[in-house]
Amino acid sequence: MSDSNPPIDPFEQDASETQAEESAVAVAERPLVEVENLEVTFDGQTVLKDIDCQIERGQTVAVIGESGCGKTVFMKTIVALVQPTVGRVMFDGQDLSGLSPAELAVVRRRFGFVFQHAALFDSMNIFDNVAFPIRQNEEGVDEAEINDRVRQHIGEVGLPEEVIYKRPAELSGGMQKRVGLARALVLRPELVVYDEPTTGLDPIMSDVINELILNTRRMYPVTSIVVTHDMHTARKVADRVMMFYPRRRLELDQSQILFDAPPSQLEHAEDRRVRQFVRGEAGDRIREMSQGMG
Amino acid sequence: MSEQESTTESVLRIQTAKPEIPIDTPMRRWIMQWGTAVVGGVTAVGDLAMFTWQMFVWMFTRMPRRDTVLVNFYQVGVLSLPVVALTGSFIGMVLAVQSYYQFHTIGLETHLGVVINTSLVRELGPVLAATMLAGRVGGAMAAVLGTMRVTEQIDALTTMGADPIHYLVVPRFMACLFLIPALTIVADFMGIVGGYFYSVIILGIDRAAYLHHSREGVVAFDLFNGIFKSIFFGGVIAIISCYRGFNCQPGAEGVGKAATEAFVYSFVMILAIDLFLNIVLDWVYFSFYPEGTSLF
Repeated sequence: MSDSNPPIDPFEQDASETQAEESAVAVAERPLVEVENLEVTFDGQTVLKDIDCQIERGQTVAVIGESGCGKTVFMKTIVALVQPTVGRVMFDGQDLSGLSPAELAVVRRRFGFVFQHAALFDSMNIFDNVAFPIRQNEEGVDEAEINDRVRQHIGEVGLPEEVIYKRPAELSGGMQKRVGLARALVLRPELVVYDEPTTGLDPIMSDVINELILNTRRMYPVTSIVVTHDMHTARKVADRVMMFYPRRRLELDQSQILFDAPPSQLEHAEDRRVRQFVRGEAGDRIREMSQGMG
Repeated sequence: MSEQESTTESVLRIQTAKPEIPIDTPMRRWIMQWGTAVVGGVTAVGDLAMFTWQMFVWMFTRMPRRDTVLVNFYQVGVLSLPVVALTGSFIGMVLAVQSYYQFHTIGLETHLGVVINTSLVRELGPVLAATMLAGRVGGAMAAVLGTMRVTEQIDALTTMGADPIHYLVVPRFMACLFLIPALTIVADFMGIVGGYFYSVIILGIDRAAYLHHSREGVVAFDLFNGIFKSIFFGGVIAIISCYRGFNCQPGAEGVGKAATEAFVYSFVMILAIDLFLNIVLDWVYFSFYPEGTSLF
């Protein structure tokens, strides 16, 4: 049988190896998330319009903006929980809107999502909540391995082992968020999305969550998107900040992304609205709201 | 040339001119309201049909996990058993109370059993058990799924690669489809026992005559009729309740509304399906038994 195989040309082999290396480099250099001409409309109301951006591998991007500016919709569109009305979202070169539900389910194994209120399953204890993604996505994993992985991740987010047989309702808000983080990380995702991770927490617990986000980045080669109102979080965890502005308060030709730069430049932003948001100043907002503009 | 231009301009002017329709008239408002209602209704029916189709596709392509099925079977079947048994026995007794004096006046009280049992197995057992379960099971399903929607637990399932319809709806549908007929049998049985107890023990009707007439009056088709209908009742309760839960509006009010609507819509559909199936089953019955059967 082996005689029938053509002889391998060493030059051809070198060429194919070079090609493989080049394509591997190209894949590594390609942004993990590419958003092209994104528009999302609900019941005739446009929430996002003409959004173009790319998120590089390993980057931590904070998405900030006032309530109703579309940052949560943006984040949910990236993980295909919301379908774009126009445009597309590419994850690792794959157009998510062109995938079947089964294909999407496979891609979603590469995402980790930390919800604003943790979204832990009430009907399960903490152990089963964290084990859920493993049982759902990795067939044939034995219970001993699940047990080890769950305990490891519970430990990594700084929770004591005693909590694992408690129900979510028995834990504090901060603990629930840490369980949510453990659950999001248990499949070693490439992209972790945090939806307002520090909202509703005291300053100490907020900083604990910030440290966990940083630790996650140190331990795993993850790309992160953090949607937040908390400027302390944005400055501390992000190496890039994007500020969204509500579409309804912009002229048609104005971009909805007011700021897209490292957090160190926030204070010196040219746009007055960005500086206002960063400093937490109401400015003209009260007058605008009273006139029904916001 | 200038003449041609002016013709083109006038055509364009006619084509681009907006018709002068008053913006806000009662007629326009009425048409808009009806249009919105019709579009909303058609959209909701289409959405429900898609939801049901997806559920059947999942059911026949990949069975849900055993643990999720067992939990739902326990909640629908075991936890509903006491209330269904109690309801059934009361229905049987109430039928005895209501019918006794009518039958007694014409000296046919020994035939009470046949009326109670036929009414129970054909109609009251299945419909009242389904109504009770639409409240207990359907309301709970809509509330649980609605809360999961509001607290983003359904989104969490999706992000973890689980299909919410496969994970949440299919086990509930299976539980209702298999166990509501079983619970209907329990309701029928307890109703027969309740009717017997009240007629024979309380009202003192002759036991042997009561049992003799009861046995003669109810045929196997009556039992089939009730159980067959209950399969559809179970299916419709699960589909409507799960659909309402999945499309719950935010907030406590949204969850409450979803639970209420799940019961109301399920109840209306139970009665509508009951009417339709009774017509069909009567036609089938008279095909098998052209002479019919007599209660007396």
